Amino acid sequence: MYSKKVMEHFMEPHNVGEIEDADGIGEVGNAKCGDIMKMYIKIDGDIVSDIKFKTFGCASAIASSSIATDLIKGKTITDALALTNQDVVDSLDGLPPVKVHCSVLAEQAFKSAVKDYADKNNIDIPELRDFVPDEDHH
Amino acid sequence: MNKNIYFDNAATTFLDDAVYEAMKPYFEGHFGNPSSIYQYCQTAKQGITEAREQVAAGINASAGEIYFTSGGSESDNWAIIGTAFAKRSKGNHLITTKIEHHAVLHTIEYLEKKHGFTATYLDVDQEGLVNPEDLKKALTPETILVSVMLANNEIGTIQPVADLVQITKEYDPKIYFHTDAVQALGTIPLDVQALGVDLLTITAHKAYGPKGVGALYIKKGVVIDNLIHGGGQEKGKRAGTENVAGIVGFGKAAELFTADVVERNLKIKELRDHLINRATAEIEGIVINGSLEHRLPGNSNFSVKRIEGEALILSLDHYGIAASSGSACTSGSLDPSHVLLAIGLDHGTAHGSLRVSLGKDNTKEEIDFFIDKLILIAQKLRAISPL
Repeated sequence: MYSKKVMEHFMEPHNVGEIEDADGIGEVGNAKCGDIMKMYIKIDGDIVSDIKFKTFGCASAIASSSIATDLIKGKTITDALALTNQDVVDSLDGLPPVKVHCSVLAEQAFKSAVKDYADKNNIDIPELRDFVPDEDHH
Repeated sequence: MNKNIYFDNAATTFLDDAVYEAMKPYFEGHFGNPSSIYQYCQTAKQGITEAREQVAAGINASAGEIYFTSGGSESDNWAIIGTAFAKRSKGNHLITTKIEHHAVLHTIEYLEKKHGFTATYLDVDQEGLVNPEDLKKALTPETILVSVMLANNEIGTIQPVADLVQITKEYDPKIYFHTDAVQALGTIPLDVQALGVDLLTITAHKAYGPKGVGALYIKKGVVIDNLIHGGGQEKGKRAGTENVAGIVGFGKAAELFTADVVERNLKIKELRDHLINRATAEIEGIVINGSLEHRLPGNSNFSVKRIEGEALILSLDHYGIAASSGSACTSGSLDPSHVLLAIGLDHGTAHGSLRVSLGKDNTKEEIDFFIDKLILIAQKLRAISPL
């Protein structure tokens, strides 16, 4: 059902945890759908210097969170925001069609964290002007 | 350490060696079509006759009341559609419950949508039990069929079917009563006389028999329309060349459980109780779903709080343990198990359910290994969870 890569990231996820003095926190999803994803980011200049996550959800939700944080960590905000859920799917060597929403959730959790950072610091991030996390990600 | 532990006996059971041995000759030499009249085919016919007697004995029916089918789903479809079409001049109302198997629920929904029938879906309480008073209130002069499962496949709740039959027949003896007894066969003693049902669905592969063969018990005098039309097999009621080897296997499986259904399941129940006791004592935030009293001996179903079911199943699989979940994520649909929602669980809790269904070869060592791993998995997944 899942690729080897998904199982690796599910069994041994990277960047699990919280950042106590996070610059931004994003949370998406709800327990009703079975997935909640929370991401914490640390910003250094324009670089996402650290990122951690906590996820309640199925294997693909946990694997999507894990690989997304790997892809984002160390990138500039602009480069990180340019990543899409398809990049998450590709990096996991694919997800079953019914699980693609998990990768969308990872993209949105990160965007929500950056938006939280931008709002707190009165920074205008053009890429996020129209961003509204989609609750009904299924 | 990886083991190979099978805890999904409610999904299907392994094929008993003795059953396999009984089936073998019918794959090898005895391939003849039982409908042919020459000597060559009489062995096949004889195998079916004997199996019919064995299956009948397993549920205290007579052989003439057993009709072989392709399995539980066909038997459920036949009982419901066959009754609906045979009795539509009397009425168009069907009664069932919210926790039936989809083979019953979807068949009744089909009759509602495409054929103008109406249906009442009875609620269950938090243990999964139908309230007989609700059935009383639901019966109408238009009612032609009541279908209530004997034991639930997810939470193992055993319904008071004999009482429900009595209520139905007191209201109107012409209403047919069907029960899906797929989960009950081989796990609790089954007696169609004591139950008083008109129609009863069983299948071989939940009772250490082969897949692809089941039966519908049709009480003598009960008349329903055919579902599968064609040749004259099964006394003209179910067309199609018989699955001879499968039927013979079903017969052998029935013979085996008829001999020791009580003893076999006493041992399974002891193991199941040990499992429930350890799980609830040693894992925080775990609750048992369903009834402790009216429950199949091999069934346990838990909600593990703050853990999603699919993640749990895959983690167990990593240790070689096969179990199942009512999580939507295992089925690909948005909604979790309709059974768990019907007993009052919220969506979040239902997503974190775990069904462990034991069979006759499971051991205490396997259960202890499972609990030890479940403790580790719960710790690990909760450490990842933001809840």
